[in-house]
Amino acid sequence: MGAVARLRRRGVLGLNERNAEFIMRCNPRRFFPRVDDKVKTKELALNAGMAVPDLYGVIRNQGQVREFARIVAAHDSFVIKPAQGSGGDGIVVVTGRSKGRRDAFRTASGLLLTTAEIEHHLSNIVGGQYSLSGNRDTAIIEYCVRFDTVFTELSYQGVPDVRVIVYRGYPAMAMVRLPTRASEGKANLHQGAVGAGVDMRTGRTLSGVWQHLVVDEHPDTGAPIAGLEIPAWDGILESSARGYDVTGLGYLGVDMVIDRDHGPLILEMNARPGLSIQIANGTGLKTRLAVIDRLHDTAVRPEVRAARAREAFPSAAA
Amino acid sequence: MGDRYVYLLALLLAVTGLVVFTYQWRVIGFPLTVDAEDPVWTIEARIGFQGGPGSIKVNFNVPTLTPGFRMLNENHVSRGFGFSLNYGTGGRGAQWAIRRGEGPQTIYYRISVYEDLTARQVDTTPPFPPVPVITEPYRTAVDVVVADVRQYSADTPSFTSELLRRLNERSPDPNVELLLAEAATDVDLVEVATMILAAARIPARMVRGFALAGRQRSTQPLPWLEVHDGDTWRYFDPSTGIESLPERFLIWWRGNEPLVKVEGGSRVQVDFAVQENYVGAVALAQTQRARIGSPFPDMSLYGLPMRTQAVYGVLLMLPIGALIMVVMRNLVGIETFGTFMPVLIALAFRETQLIYGVVLFTLLVALGLTIRFFLEKLRLLLVPRLTAVLIVVVLLMMVISLLSDRMNIESGISVALFPMVILAMTIERMSVVWEERGPADALRAAAGSLVVAVLAYLAMGQVWLEHLIFTFPELLLVILALVLVIGRYTGYRLLELGRFKALSGAS
Repeated sequence: MGAVARLRRRGVLGLNERNAEFIMRCNPRRFFPRVDDKVKTKELALNAGMAVPDLYGVIRNQGQVREFARIVAAHDSFVIKPAQGSGGDGIVVVTGRSKGRRDAFRTASGLLLTTAEIEHHLSNIVGGQYSLSGNRDTAIIEYCVRFDTVFTELSYQGVPDVRVIVYRGYPAMAMVRLPTRASEGKANLHQGAVGAGVDMRTGRTLSGVWQHLVVDEHPDTGAPIAGLEIPAWDGILESSARGYDVTGLGYLGVDMVIDRDHGPLILEMNARPGLSIQIANGTGLKTRLAVIDRLHDTAVRPEVRAARAREAFPSAAA
Repeated sequence: MGDRYVYLLALLLAVTGLVVFTYQWRVIGFPLTVDAEDPVWTIEARIGFQGGPGSIKVNFNVPTLTPGFRMLNENHVSRGFGFSLNYGTGGRGAQWAIRRGEGPQTIYYRISVYEDLTARQVDTTPPFPPVPVITEPYRTAVDVVVADVRQYSADTPSFTSELLRRLNERSPDPNVELLLAEAATDVDLVEVATMILAAARIPARMVRGFALAGRQRSTQPLPWLEVHDGDTWRYFDPSTGIESLPERFLIWWRGNEPLVKVEGGSRVQVDFAVQENYVGAVALAQTQRARIGSPFPDMSLYGLPMRTQAVYGVLLMLPIGALIMVVMRNLVGIETFGTFMPVLIALAFRETQLIYGVVLFTLLVALGLTIRFFLEKLRLLLVPRLTAVLIVVVLLMMVISLLSDRMNIESGISVALFPMVILAMTIERMSVVWEERGPADALRAAAGSLVVAVLAYLAMGQVWLEHLIFTFPELLLVILALVLVIGRYTGYRLLELGRFKALSGAS
């Protein structure tokens, strides 16, 4: 049982403990809809003055599926996602239109989809195929982020994003999620994306983890993962800290993308963020959560909390 | 509420469960294991009828003298009826009466007996029966048959055998044919036989009872012929004339009168169920409980109607399967489709047997998935697509059953008991996971579900465990306590040790 003792000593958080001690204790059920429905999350974030990707349109029922062509008429690139989806399921990233036919779309992974195929996908979303509860859902069509050039070398199709775990309003741990060929352009670790830990103080990437293995290079591009400086790190920490004020969730995962033109945008927030971030950072979460419990001060504003967290977690080696 | 309360509650539940369990076991004497030495047969009669608007009286013949068996106990369930036991010519009769009863009525009568070959029939020697009054042309026919049979026999047994042989002849002589003209059933045939025997001044009567073997549902009493040779009663098979008695034949009642008479009711139907229990000790314990007066409410399920007992036998094992599920998911960390799907699959395995069940499950899911991928191409909306998958699953089951019937594989037929909706949902979810997260994730979760289902099946199939839970349902409180404690387990799951290997390496 040496492994258990070592994990415990390093403050690694397990699923049972995450669920029982953090999600159940810090995340009141009634606040879950705020993050489970991305349309709602977007509204809340906008009201709080946080930047989000532009919303082109929503499709709420089967009848509205026909409006798809009209909604995207003025846009060549966009993202379709289920409002209540989880784990990146059901997301389609369209990067442009086919040269020959205007009603055919090129996805991030290079596939060509006809309008009819996209409409079928929209029907599936509306029917609830990807929703957490299996109930009817809403499809969101929004701005397709053109990610910052910093990440060009480090992603294979698709958009890399930054995940920050926010505990009681304080950013606790962060990682960059880099799409790979295996993840089909999606930035989800369990789909095969690379997760790279981030030094909270400097905003520089550490080494990455890919399918439970520690990796130093991107599996597709071969570019080194560590040492990359994430732009607008201040803004990212501050926005994620603000996520707590918006949602009221004490244990929160905030997903952000860094747009070339618009800076950090909030993509979505998650009331049940995964635990792989610990592997990416090579350190356990519990130690940091305990530090935040000591730091905690309800009076301070988000930017102060972000700054304090930055001070508290100088480097990955805890 | 903090951990303390959970643990306190769990402790309370566990202690309560264990105290009741210990009491039932040590003081009342319920057995810990299945007692295979003394089979106890329980025969349950279900009398159903449509009650009239007025008063109802039900007369029902119940066992009196049962050579080869001793009665352990008998009881009856009848809502609102008054009950009395009467001794008539044919034996004991139970009577239920109610002043006012309307609509469908059901009365249960149950008797438990155990085999005791020393139990002999103690009966007075019957007088010679009076010569029956028979009208012509039957009278002559009876006389001719009696004279004829007498010529070909030496004593009472041989007379009876010869008579029965003639009655059963494929092409009987005209006299027999006349007598049997209105005899449609075995019962009628025995009635004719007793009449002829009476005409020959031989005491005879019809007995009806059950050949006890295994578990029987919706069975009906079997008529048999009893003839007194001056010393003892002898038994004859009415369909062959051979002197014999079926093995473990429990005589329910004697004489020609019907089993049940209902005044003020119509559409009377009597159904018998027979069950073999190895619960001699359990039954003894129940007698014990009644004698000393237990302070606990009677939680024993042995008092329920047998059909209900059979249901609870399965139902009470569900928590065991669910416990396995909780352990595998929260302590080991195996991923499954759906929370209780594996337990339901495990229940289905009970019907199909393990190996066959696993093969069928895999086959059905694989075929269903293939078809589901085809349906994906048709771009159907979600709910119609789910329904289509369900229909395909039902059709697949049908085909498998038909095929295995052709090939004489019996288990294929029980595939029909697979939870179809659960299968359809599993196929749908698996296909979504397959597309979204890749075959690896989908197969992993499917394999996880199957592993948990097999483990749950193995646990639920333990005969000693089934007996233990059925006899001591209070043990479910202990399982509940266990689940509560696991619910507060915040340690690592076994598989997480592998997942976080990178973090637990020595440094």
